[in-house]
Amino acid sequence: AASLVGAKSRFSTDERPTPRADVVAYNNFYEFGGGKSDPAARAGSLTTSPWSVEIDGLVAKPAKYALEDLIRSSELEERIYRMRCVEGWSMVIPWLGVPLASVLARAEPLGSAKYVAFESLVRPEEMPGQAGFLQLLPWPYVEGLRLDEALHPLTLLAVGLYGEALPNQNGAPLRLVVPWKYGFKGIKSIVRISLVEAQPKTSWNVQNPREYGFFSNVNPKVDHPRWTQATERRIGEGGLFAKRRPTLMFNGYAQEVAGLYAGMDLGRYF
Amino acid sequence: MGVPLQIRKLAVYVVGLAPAVALFWLGVDNQLGPEPIKELEQELGQWALRFLLAALAVTPLRRFVGVDLMRYRRALGLLAFYYAFLHLAAYVALDHGFDWAAVWADIVKRPYVTVGMASFAILLPLALTSNAAAIRRMGGKAWAKLHRLVYVAALAAAAHFVLIVKSWPAEPLIYAGLTVALLLSRLAPVRSRRGTLAL
Repeated sequence: AASLVGAKSRFSTDERPTPRADVVAYNNFYEFGGGKSDPAARAGSLTTSPWSVEIDGLVAKPAKYALEDLIRSSELEERIYRMRCVEGWSMVIPWLGVPLASVLARAEPLGSAKYVAFESLVRPEEMPGQAGFLQLLPWPYVEGLRLDEALHPLTLLAVGLYGEALPNQNGAPLRLVVPWKYGFKGIKSIVRISLVEAQPKTSWNVQNPREYGFFSNVNPKVDHPRWTQATERRIGEGGLFAKRRPTLMFNGYAQEVAGLYAGMDLGRYF
Repeated sequence: MGVPLQIRKLAVYVVGLAPAVALFWLGVDNQLGPEPIKELEQELGQWALRFLLAALAVTPLRRFVGVDLMRYRRALGLLAFYYAFLHLAAYVALDHGFDWAAVWADIVKRPYVTVGMASFAILLPLALTSNAAAIRRMGGKAWAKLHRLVYVAALAAAAHFVLIVKSWPAEPLIYAGLTVALLLSRLAPVRSRRGTLAL
């Protein structure tokens, strides 16, 4: 893949990044199947160029951007973030991207915009998980953020990792990274970003509202109904005899983001 | 042809335990992927389910297909128990590092763990009485009655698998479907030797 360079960021963690081999081999990307190795095995044929992204809804300047016009490689930052999956495992990933806020600013959101809605690619001929008898989610995959979450400086639109363009299985060519939320909020292969007034639908919340909330902030005190969220397993650490590590509030980004949720009952708005 | 039955039974155990040996070897050699503990735990659990289904398939195979594997049924059932035990051991020792408080919290709070433990609790007395001495001591009728609990254990094991996954992937549903089919096959009316229905 094309190599990319990003400016170092003060938001990067100094924790040791998860080996690249694991980052590109162990993925949830149900458009390519339900198994963790399905995306790496089956996403190779996804066409990611040309790629365009529609930015619409409550904005002064709605437009359809070619990816290379939307995100210029000269603006890239390297952000080394923890990533906590709702399933109880975690990684540390050196992303390359730009703050979502800077992209949204170009469309000039209107005062009435309260939320940002995201939509993934639907292309069954290249995405085998979207074809056939048993499909795991309704398509397109959709996600959403409150506008203040979307504008937070930690929120990233990523186009690369480990110094190269995103491998297809990691959400090429453009994905969301919200490091204080469970990984599934990081919608992959984005084709549309809409500024809206009402809270948008999100795929896993539609699939099972009791288990997956709109916010889905990493929270060790609010268990998934079927498993604990108090601990996690760091991928690539220690093999068969590795210990679980405690999960941190907001995945360790409480200092930066806790203020967004001041006064909210996080057990109710999970 | 001339291989004695004892040797053939032994072969079932040796072949049956080969996946466990292979899994532990791969685990120690760091070849079980990015989440080796989960992989080992899940594979052992799936092998338990496979052998449970194999044991449950013996009777319908004899009745409807005419293949008689009755002599190997005890071995298949015990293999299911051994794998269930290894699955549980991996969960307690590797996954939770002998944190008994966390294990107990799982059992009482998480339905998928509750039914999994229930399945194991049922299999334990069945395994302990899987020998000729126990059959003599209990009497054939009481023994058979006790061992009918395997139906409950199988349903609980299948439910355990369905309850842990996200969304509705095919594999747990296939196992659950096979379990139900094997149990339902036992309700088919028995034909007498003359081919009329014995009602």
